[in-house]
Amino acid sequence: MKKYETVIGLEVHAELNTRSKIYCSCKNAFGDEPNTNVCPVCMGMPGTLPVLNEKVVEYAVRMGHALNCKINCNSRMARKNYFYPDLPKAFQITQADMPLCEDGWLEFFSDGELKKTGIERIHIEEDAGKLIHHAQAGDSLIDYNRCGVPLIEIVTRPDLRSSAEAKSFLEMIRSVLLYLGISDCKMQEGSVRCDVNVSVREEGSDTLGTRCEMKNVNSFSGAVRAIEYESARQIKLLSSGGAVAQETRRWDDAKGMSHVMRSKEDAQDYRYCTEPDIPPVKIDRQWAENLKSTIPELPCEKIKRYTSLLGLPETEAGLIAGEPERAALFDETYDIGDCTPKNIANMILGNIMKYVNDTGTCIAEIKISAEKLSDIINRMENGIISNLSGRKVLDEIMKNGGSVDEIIKEKGLAQNSDPEYIENIVKNIILENQKSVNDYKRGKKNAEGYLVGQCIKVSGGKANPGMVAEAVKKMLKEI
Amino acid sequence: MRLCENRAFELSEMLRRKQCSAGEICEDVLNKIKETDSKIGAYVTVTEELARKNAAAVDSALASGEELHPLAGIPIAVKDNISTKGIKTTCCSKMLENYIPPFNAAVTEKICAAGMTIVGKTNMDEFAMGSSTEKSFFHPTRNPNNTDYVPGGSSGGSAAAAAADSTILGLGSDTGGSVRQPAAYCGVVGLKPTYGSVSRYGLVAFASSFDQIGPIGKCVRDTAMLLSLICGHDKRDSTSVKRNHPDYAAALSDDIKGLRIGIPSEYFGDNVEDSVRMCVINAVKEYEKKGAVIKEISIPSAEYVVSAYYIISSAEASSNLSRFDGVKYGFRAGEYGGISDMTAKTRGEGFGEEVKRRILLGTFVLSSGYYEAYYSRAKKIQNLICRDFSDALEDVDVIVSPASPVPAYKIGEYIDQPTKMYRNDIFTVTANITGLPAVSVPCGTDRNGLPVGLQLMGGRFCEQTVLNAAYACEKIIGGKYEEI
Repeated sequence: MKKYETVIGLEVHAELNTRSKIYCSCKNAFGDEPNTNVCPVCMGMPGTLPVLNEKVVEYAVRMGHALNCKINCNSRMARKNYFYPDLPKAFQITQADMPLCEDGWLEFFSDGELKKTGIERIHIEEDAGKLIHHAQAGDSLIDYNRCGVPLIEIVTRPDLRSSAEAKSFLEMIRSVLLYLGISDCKMQEGSVRCDVNVSVREEGSDTLGTRCEMKNVNSFSGAVRAIEYESARQIKLLSSGGAVAQETRRWDDAKGMSHVMRSKEDAQDYRYCTEPDIPPVKIDRQWAENLKSTIPELPCEKIKRYTSLLGLPETEAGLIAGEPERAALFDETYDIGDCTPKNIANMILGNIMKYVNDTGTCIAEIKISAEKLSDIINRMENGIISNLSGRKVLDEIMKNGGSVDEIIKEKGLAQNSDPEYIENIVKNIILENQKSVNDYKRGKKNAEGYLVGQCIKVSGGKANPGMVAEAVKKMLKEI
Repeated sequence: MRLCENRAFELSEMLRRKQCSAGEICEDVLNKIKETDSKIGAYVTVTEELARKNAAAVDSALASGEELHPLAGIPIAVKDNISTKGIKTTCCSKMLENYIPPFNAAVTEKICAAGMTIVGKTNMDEFAMGSSTEKSFFHPTRNPNNTDYVPGGSSGGSAAAAAADSTILGLGSDTGGSVRQPAAYCGVVGLKPTYGSVSRYGLVAFASSFDQIGPIGKCVRDTAMLLSLICGHDKRDSTSVKRNHPDYAAALSDDIKGLRIGIPSEYFGDNVEDSVRMCVINAVKEYEKKGAVIKEISIPSAEYVVSAYYIISSAEASSNLSRFDGVKYGFRAGEYGGISDMTAKTRGEGFGEEVKRRILLGTFVLSSGYYEAYYSRAKKIQNLICRDFSDALEDVDVIVSPASPVPAYKIGEYIDQPTKMYRNDIFTVTANITGLPAVSVPCGTDRNGLPVGLQLMGGRFCEQTVLNAAYACEKIIGGKYEEI
């Protein structure tokens, strides 16, 4: 049985969250009443002309820096010609032979391993309108609000080798976009989309197999399913002596399969030509350089720092670094210097994320600050409150705000860490539970845990559990 | 002399001296339209109410002593591919037969702001593709000098109206000669500005990198006044240039002593009709008498200009006209299957033959497999042509040629010979390919008494130079509209 390797390349489209559209001054917004954010320019009325929104260029250059690309100070807009009702001019103004950014790369973690994927290019273009099909009425309606919304298209080199890698890559791209603040990356709103190119080849071969392009991939997990399906389909074809035809296929996630949209023969000829209405895009080299300073520490760098310097495990580091808000809270809390990174991570990924998910908000909206978080963890680590109490304080602050120490006082959460007090309790419990002591001596390990539990109980939960456990252990050894 | 027979600068003076009112001028032009247009067919839409309203507003402003633009109250006819808000803008195509733009073109805004009286929208070859105005979906326009003959195109309506006194000034668009050639055939003045001088916002695009809106007037001074009004940067047109344009009319001078005039050796071959050649050579001789220096120059790429022009302009047109798909505005086929069928039928039925011919040509030269051989090569030739002209313009100030190798011909004469008609554009397309300014001024008549136009082309933004040379010609040769 021949062994096959899957080769994957991705084309990611992300909507940029500039205030206005790319070629006109209409509002760039999702979800408004249909055909309310339109003007003669984005409707493609006769006699109208596009004017390039400089902010779009700026956002794309910043993404170029984040993906380690070469920034082309001379690039060109081009027309991609085809007919479709959601494309008012019957051409899309995009970039063809001279894109804004080229030859970059992106590092990301997949299954605990550091990977690197080449970025072939990033270019800017306009989005099309949205068709809404009415199955029953048998007609289709068009909403042009989305026409002219700015997009960046990120094209990778075919360096990805598994669906898991592709998913990790997509998650990293999404994080980078969020870190730069240039896209809100809501796949359910269509602000980030992905086309997947899949080919297979025999393991060890260095020539690429025939690839198929898959469209209509609407989620990152959908991308995983589409890649696995397509890879299996192609391998089956080749194994049975067939050949893979170069096709564009449409992924149907509900059915878990793809079908042919266009074969190579029907391939669209887009008759690319330079856009005559927009002069060549000339960028000042110094201006482009200066934009580098607007790039924050990016997620992959954070993961590396968290794992190597702060000792966080890779999964947790990835989860913290994946969202800029989580990372910002983590970094701010750590910088105060009063508590350990592991506990900060636990609190964020535990109670804070649960609260955020339950209430449907985000970290920016809840009332926990880095100072308060640091205080809570600090009190926990100094034994002033138990871990359980710490979580209670956190939940209270997120819900109702307040001061850490006041809440501890009001709710009587302070634990007793006085060694004498602890010793007394342990002495008494041991005296009262000779049976357990004997069990322990006979080798029953959970007797120790029972004794610890009894101590906590009798103290009404106030005894420092860590100290109790240590004292019990010590005393049992001495008996 | 009737009011409508005057020139713009004269009427402007008369208004200032209260020798007539804007309302009277408007009425006389509207009457002239009624008297002549059933024969001439210069107009698609006459905007009587709007014109009277504007004239009344101008009179009112003048009465209260307001300082108005020199062209306030002067009637103007606007080619029907220039957007006028609330007024049908049809491009003389079935595709836009009932299309009413929701916005004004930049030039429309300017002429309205100056208080000019728009009297109507003029006839043209469909989507500006043609050189005779016979390709209008509605009706052909006839040359006022002899109504059996074409007025030229594609801005035939505006040129004919100016020649027939059924407007005082006109606006046309020029992609391959469509302002200059009809001006030449009708015996009026037409100028194509340097590319980027006049905003294209609101001009229905034909070939984006060639199109320019240009003024048409009965004399050079009128044309210069209108040119100054319409020039200027517009942030809605990224190809428009930031530049201060002078008052071209105020700076007009017929002193051409020392003006270096270039005669391309390649331009006076067999393809130029005898009477045309004679008129042009005569004009050059007169220039020389007045002190101009005549030099023979060479444009080696001359034989390729027409081919390069038709490839590039058709390519851009095929893309620009794709938006007419029956989905959002304009004509939609009555019966169709699915979406592709609707688009195909709409475009098949909505476009005339010449437009379809150009779209097919343009689509072909941009298609994969042919792009390199045709479009790419034509762009390279464009570079050569630009270089030839910039080289020539180092030795001369103005390049002279006939506006057209043939004078106006009979309606229907070229109807089945499109490429023969294309070759008549040989002298005008160079200005569009290079983006340089060029004007056509009357310089005599042919053996049938039809006007012959002299084309003067200059360096980038050297409109004053070409206008002055045209002014000198007008003074020397005289004719219908000579200034006394």
